[in-house]
Parts: sequence; structure tokens; C-alpha cells
Amino acid sequence: MTITLNVNGQNHQVDAEPDTPLLYVLRDDLELNAAKYGCGLGQCGACTIMIDGKAALSCVTPLLVAEGREITTVEGLGTIENPGPIQQAFIEKQSAQCGYCIAGMMMSAAALLKHNPKPSDDDIRSALRTNLCRCGTHMRIMAAIKRASELMEQAAVPAATNRSAG
Amino acid sequence: MDTFNKAEITRRGLLAGTGALVVSFSVANALAQQPAQPPAAPAPAKPPALPGSLNTDRFLDSWIRIDADGKITVFTGKVELGQGIRTPLIQVAAEELNVEPGDIELITADTARTPDEGFTAGSQSMQNSGTAIRNAAAQVRELLIGQAATRWNLPADQLKAEKKTIVSPDGRSIGYGELVAGEFLHVEAQPQSRLKTPDQFSVIGRDLQRVDIPGKVTGGVAYIQDLRLDGMVHARVVRPPSYSATLKNLDASTIEAMPGVISVVRDGNFLAVVAEKEYQAIKAMRALEQAAEWDEPANLPDQAILPAELVAMEGDIGTVAESGAPAFPNGPTFEATFTRPYIMHGSIGPSCGIAIMKPDGTMDVWSHTQGVFPDREAIAQMLGLPEDRVRVIHVEGSGCYGHNGADDAAADAALIAAKVPGRPIRVQWMREQEHMWEPYGPGMVTKIKASVGPDGKIDNWAYDLWSNSHGTRPGDAGSLLAGRTKGNATPLKLPKLSINPNGNGDRNADPLYAIPNRRILWHFLPDMPLRVSALRGLGAQPNVFSIESTMDELAIAAKTDPVEFRLKHLTDNRAADVVKLAAEKFGWGRNEVPRGHGVGFAFARYKNHAAYLAIALELEVEQETGRVRVIRAVSAIDSGQAVNPDGIRNQTEGGILQSISWTLYEAVTFDRTRITSTDWSSYPIMRFASVPDTVEVHIIDRPGTPFLGTGEAAQGPTSAAVANAVRNAIGKRLFDLPLTRERVKTAIGA
Repeated sequence: MTITLNVNGQNHQVDAEPDTPLLYVLRDDLELNAAKYGCGLGQCGACTIMIDGKAALSCVTPLLVAEGREITTVEGLGTIENPGPIQQAFIEKQSAQCGYCIAGMMMSAAALLKHNPKPSDDDIRSALRTNLCRCGTHMRIMAAIKRASELMEQAAVPAATNRSAG
Repeated sequence: MDTFNKAEITRRGLLAGTGALVVSFSVANALAQQPAQPPAAPAPAKPPALPGSLNTDRFLDSWIRIDADGKITVFTGKVELGQGIRTPLIQVAAEELNVEPGDIELITADTARTPDEGFTAGSQSMQNSGTAIRNAAAQVRELLIGQAATRWNLPADQLKAEKKTIVSPDGRSIGYGELVAGEFLHVEAQPQSRLKTPDQFSVIGRDLQRVDIPGKVTGGVAYIQDLRLDGMVHARVVRPPSYSATLKNLDASTIEAMPGVISVVRDGNFLAVVAEKEYQAIKAMRALEQAAEWDEPANLPDQAILPAELVAMEGDIGTVAESGAPAFPNGPTFEATFTRPYIMHGSIGPSCGIAIMKPDGTMDVWSHTQGVFPDREAIAQMLGLPEDRVRVIHVEGSGCYGHNGADDAAADAALIAAKVPGRPIRVQWMREQEHMWEPYGPGMVTKIKASVGPDGKIDNWAYDLWSNSHGTRPGDAGSLLAGRTKGNATPLKLPKLSINPNGNGDRNADPLYAIPNRRILWHFLPDMPLRVSALRGLGAQPNVFSIESTMDELAIAAKTDPVEFRLKHLTDNRAADVVKLAAEKFGWGRNEVPRGHGVGFAFARYKNHAAYLAIALELEVEQETGRVRVIRAVSAIDSGQAVNPDGIRNQTEGGILQSISWTLYEAVTFDRTRITSTDWSSYPIMRFASVPDTVEVHIIDRPGTPFLGTGEAAQGPTSAAVANAVRNAIGKRLFDLPLTRERVKTAIGA
């Protein structure tokens, strides 16, 4: 059946069986690489995306559930030429070893920072509790999320000034 | 020998050409810093030893090519495994070629394009490939200078290489690309290179950002799992439910009729499905699992008494090290048995392989293998194809940490592709397949007896270890799951006891400490009831865990501070330096340890000839539950010449955290028939809640000294430091890994 999916602000017509986990549609049909297959069981977080601004595990989210909702993947955070603040922070802090888990980490972080722009260490640990990293990059991932919070704050300041000036 | 002959023939053919003669003179000029050789020496029986992997791939253009437009390509037979090796390899090449890192394209292992450097394993990529590339780059630079000198009729020592050009004092310049023509770089490397000295470095020793991270954090095609080849179809394998299961009955007719299914593959006990779309393949795989009936023998050891089961499997005994004659007339000061369970690599991304059988009868295979050449050999043998009809191309996968399912997934894809030719076949393992079928780090038992003499120094040391081989890597078809389960199967070749300087189960079994009387024995276990192979550090983790736990007990017996006790037994200054630095940066002995907390220290030199690493850490033990959390870890590492210090820090931080996870949580579980740790809930690893507050890595750089590698240095010392800190916190020694909450709580209560 054909389903309309809104991913990173764009609508896509997808032809797939409605029980297909969203992960496979993102990766295979829409050719978005960031969300990763890790376990298919909702245990590792490698497939984390945002649905309506909240972190969601795309490997256990059926396609049908995602219809009509706003889906965000790492590709929606910025590009290699113009990385968004979270991506910039992960590059700056060199927060990857193999990097396979990192897209999921970034999406958990994006959902956290959306609701909690200045998270504490405990907030970060809690938001990432379902994300596994096997390389042991945890320290750098936490550092990157704090850095992303700073970068987002810096980016927000001029915008706020402009608004008040206007 | 064969390689040498081939190389010689090519070289002779080359030297017959005029251009090549010019080149060989250029090499001689360029390398004139060497002392003059006695003339007319007889032809050597063996070619001279060349630095690093140049010794096996001796031609410069195997490693470095420069196009007419100046484009520089560097080739390595090593692969990116998540360790970040691409970046320092680019750095050493850029340094010696006097170009920017961004000027270099690096090609990693591909049987059709790169040198054969065996496996990317043992923390040896910098020693082998880094050394080869650095020397090759320096020789290429001098050849380019020599060529420009000939053109301009100027002495070579007046010319400089900079920014992809050779420049003369009078302001002339010529691009690298203009100087290379034809076979210019197709010359055999020389034993000596005019390497830059550390004071001339501008790229080596710099925290260059890793070249692979931007793509990985922006959704680029970064992993084999991201490859989408034209016409690619999706396959899933149905593995037997247990190691020795055999297929009894299968009716696959309903599965062949499922939507999207292209083929159901059966070859002996090898089962797979191929479908147009990925989720169709998964559904068909699940249906095939239901349809297959298996006979399963109950032949696994009894996990409840695993150490006794392991010791009972003993075969040959080998002497790892012996000096003096250890004797304990008054009994040992300390005697103990330590155990480690089977543990898994547990890559976050399950293995993946892609293969296509092409109309001309050749096959291309994409794999995240650690060794494209041995993998090709094994796959070709499995398919009954000549090796030159199979090409294996490395593409990065999820973090590797050793021999995981990568080669098997490649072989799965190859076997299916041979039966479903013409389209690329992508095999993605499921989570439970990776957990159940990857080769584990072997379970081990160690027994130690040691005594301290009246001078407060260790005088006798007897150490026995029981272990399988930690190496069942490809090279033949029996190393591959597909090769072992298909019809006309090749059985696994049983490894034999072998003792060599790199070590295996006995890696780091011989303590680096000065001990007059020592005997270290490996009781080899030939049978492998669970599938095992190389996991980061091989035997180093259990051995260092045992040795360094013992060092602490002996220090306590000798009423000496554990750091001081270690220093008393170290004769190697570089070893002492990392111990002192880790202790100093940690503030060892300076602060009182809070109640419920413990501090621990450990040291090892990886393989006794690679990187030095010492670590101090502090942890807290929750008295009610036995839960342990490391609060801070401070390490010092000496990896020789540091090429990318941040890469060393990143790898070492990772090694520390991974080793904490192994030490506190991890054990493969099984009943008498099947592996039962099949997902992340039955095989828990470290989560963010348990991560330390801080982890520090201090590098002792040794400019101008050989590369010592980094990746595995932290595994052993970290485990031991955790155990020593738990001992410090609760006053009891734990001997069995992992140090679970239950075990710690039991020890507290006892």
C-alpha cells in the first residue's frame, strides 16, 4: 500500500507493507543512511529517530504508525557541508570511534535538547539510557551533547536579539 | 619465497629499461646518507629486510602513486575497524611527502588494489603499515627531488619538496605530477629511508581530526550496511539453533510463494532466503525458521562448573617462559585461581556481507573483514573457485574488536551469490545471529603461586593457564560458518599449541616484572565446544587481570604501597614512567579514600613488546546491592612516536570503558545445547548510567622511536585495576570475572 511519510520536512510516497518497521523504509526506500539496524528489538538505540519531536526507535515502529507525523533523522540536522550544531559538536569533540551508534545518540540528544536546552550530566545519562555504545565513546558523546547545547545557545542569542530589535 | 622470486623477476625486467636505470641511480643518490657499502659484494641470498610491511610488498608504487595531475593515492592493506587508523596513516604519508593530509586519498584493503598485509589485528597497523607508508613516502620524496635535480642539473641537496612541488633555490618549481611518468615509482624500496626528524614534523604528532567522522555524523554512506548496489537484493540466513544441529526436515514450498521471495537456498545445513525487499527477506527468514526441524545434540559444557570443565579439556602443555626454578618450600605467599568466562565482541551493528557472481564467472565480495586476502582464500576454497576469480573489497562495518561475524557474513553472501548469480546479494545478520554465532573470546582459567622474599621482592612465580587458541581466523573454508554447514562441508581445522613472541592465549602471561624464578605454562585446550577466536587483546585481559590482582595481594603481604611495589620490580624505564605518571595524575596515595569507595592500580606492557599502559581508578560499591560504578579513571600510555595523539586518547578511553564493561557485566551464557545470551538483555553491557564521571588519558610521546600501537593496551590493566579497587573497597578479593553485583554482594556479606 502507499503511505505518505513526512521526513525531514518533506513528504514522500512510500509503497510498502504497513507492518514494515519504519527503519527499513527510511534506509531502503528513502535511502537515508543515518538510522542504523542494531538489534531490531528496541534494545540498542542505533535506529533512534525523532517522531513529533520525541525520540523513537524506528526498528520497532511500524510504518503505519508514522503516517501523518513529523519524522526527523540525522539527515534533517544538517549536511556534511553545513552541519547543524549537534553534528558540529560531535565533529569538534571527535565523538566517534566506529560511529555506528552515533546517529542514534545524536537523535536522542536532539530530542533531549529540544525540551531541555541545558541538560546536566544526569539528564544526558538518563536521555541516553537506551542507547548502547560498544566502542566506549561515552565520555565524548556526553561532552559533545554539552557542546551542542552551547552551540545552540550561541546560535539562538543573535536570533533573539534580532527579534527584540525588530 | 615465491613472492621474492616474482619480485626479483619484475625488478630485473625493469632494470633492463633505460628509464628505470635513471631511477635506480636516483635512489642511490637520494639515499647517499648511508655509509658507503663495500663494492662488489656478492649477490645476497635473501633480499634485505625493509621497514614494516614494505618487507612483503617491496615496490614503492604498491604504496604510493602519483598521477600526472599531481593526485596522490596511498594504499594500505590495513582496514578501518572503528579505531580511526585512516587518519594517522594519512598523516605519516603527508608528513614525509611534504603535502597536506587533504592532498592524499587513502585506499584501504582490496585484493585487487592494495598490498597484502594479512589481518588488521594485534594493534600492529602503525608498526606494519604506518612504518611502510612512512618509509615509502620518504623514499618517494627523495626520488622526486632526485628527478628534479637531474632535470635542472642541480645538486639534490639544494632542492626542497613542499606543497606537492619541488623547488630550487633560484625559484624554479615543478609539480610532483610532472616528475612522475610511466613506471617512475615502480622501484623496489631501499632498506634505509631519509626520514624526517621529529623537529621537522608538522603533521605527525598533531591532533588531526579524523577523516571519517563528518560523513558518519551526517548520514553519509559510511558502512557496508549503507551500500546500495544496482539491482541489489536482500538475503537472510537461517542458522541452525545450535552449533552441531543438523537439518532433519524442511518444507519450504510456502516460503517460496511469499511476497517478494526470489529464492530459498538450501545447501546441506545452510539455509537462506533471498527477497526483493529487506523486510520481505526477514519475514521469509522467520517463516523458514519455523519450517526447519533440526536434530540437536546436547554437547556444550556445564556452565555451572565451567572452570572445572575447561581444565578437564587439557591437551598439550607448553612452556611460555621459564627462568630459575620456582620453589615454595615454605608455601607461597599467595595462591589463587582466576577465571574468565567466554565474552563476545558484541558489535552494535550485526555483520553484513555483499557479493555478486558476475556473468564472466568472477565474484566480487564486499566485507568488513579484518583480512581481505585470507578471506578471499577461504571464500574461493569454499566455492571451489581459483583465488584470482574472487575479489574481496573492504568496506567499514560497525566496531570490530577482533574476529567477529564479518568473514562469515561475507561467506554467506558469496555462497548465496554463487547460487543466485547476476545480482548483488546483501546478507545482513540479525542481532541474535551475531550474539549466537560470532566467535567468542575464550573462557580461561589461570592458577598462580607466588612468594615474596625477605627483601620484600617477589622471588618465585608459577603461573598456569588453561585456554583454547584465540585464533580460528580465515584462510580456509572450514573457518567460515557457511563452509562448515554447507553440503560437502569443510570441517574447522583444529588449531595446535604454538608459543611465539606475539602470544595468543598466553599473551602477557609472562609478567614484565623482574622475578628471579618463574615458570609460565599454557595448558592447551584443543577442543572448542563454543566457537572462539580473537577478541581484543586475546589472552592479555585474563592474564593481566590475574597477574595484576596478584601483584596487589603480594604488595599487601609485603606491606608496600601497590604502586611502589610495582616500581620495585620494573627494570624498564618506560614502564616505570607510565606507572609514575598515572599515579601522579591520579593523586595516588594523596587523598583518603571515602567509605564505600576503593582505588586500584594496574600496569602492563601489551604483548611485553608493544604499548605501555598504567591506570589508576576509583570506584564506588553500593553496599546494599553490590553494584560497582567506576567514578574516575586516570591512565598513562606510551605508544612510541605518537602520530595522532587524540586518536590515541580516543582509542584508550574506549579500551578502558569496554574493559570496565567486560569486567563488571559480561559473560556468554549457554545450556547444554544452545547459546542462551542472544540479545542485549541476556548479555548486558555498560550503559550510560554506569559510565565514569571522568576518564583521563595521558600520553608519553617518544618522538623518533618506533610506533608501538594503541588499540588493545588498556584491556588487561583496566580489568585488574577494577578488581584491585573492588578489593580496596570491600576488603575481599574477587577471582572470577565478571565482578557482578551478585558476586560483590555475596563477598560483602561473607
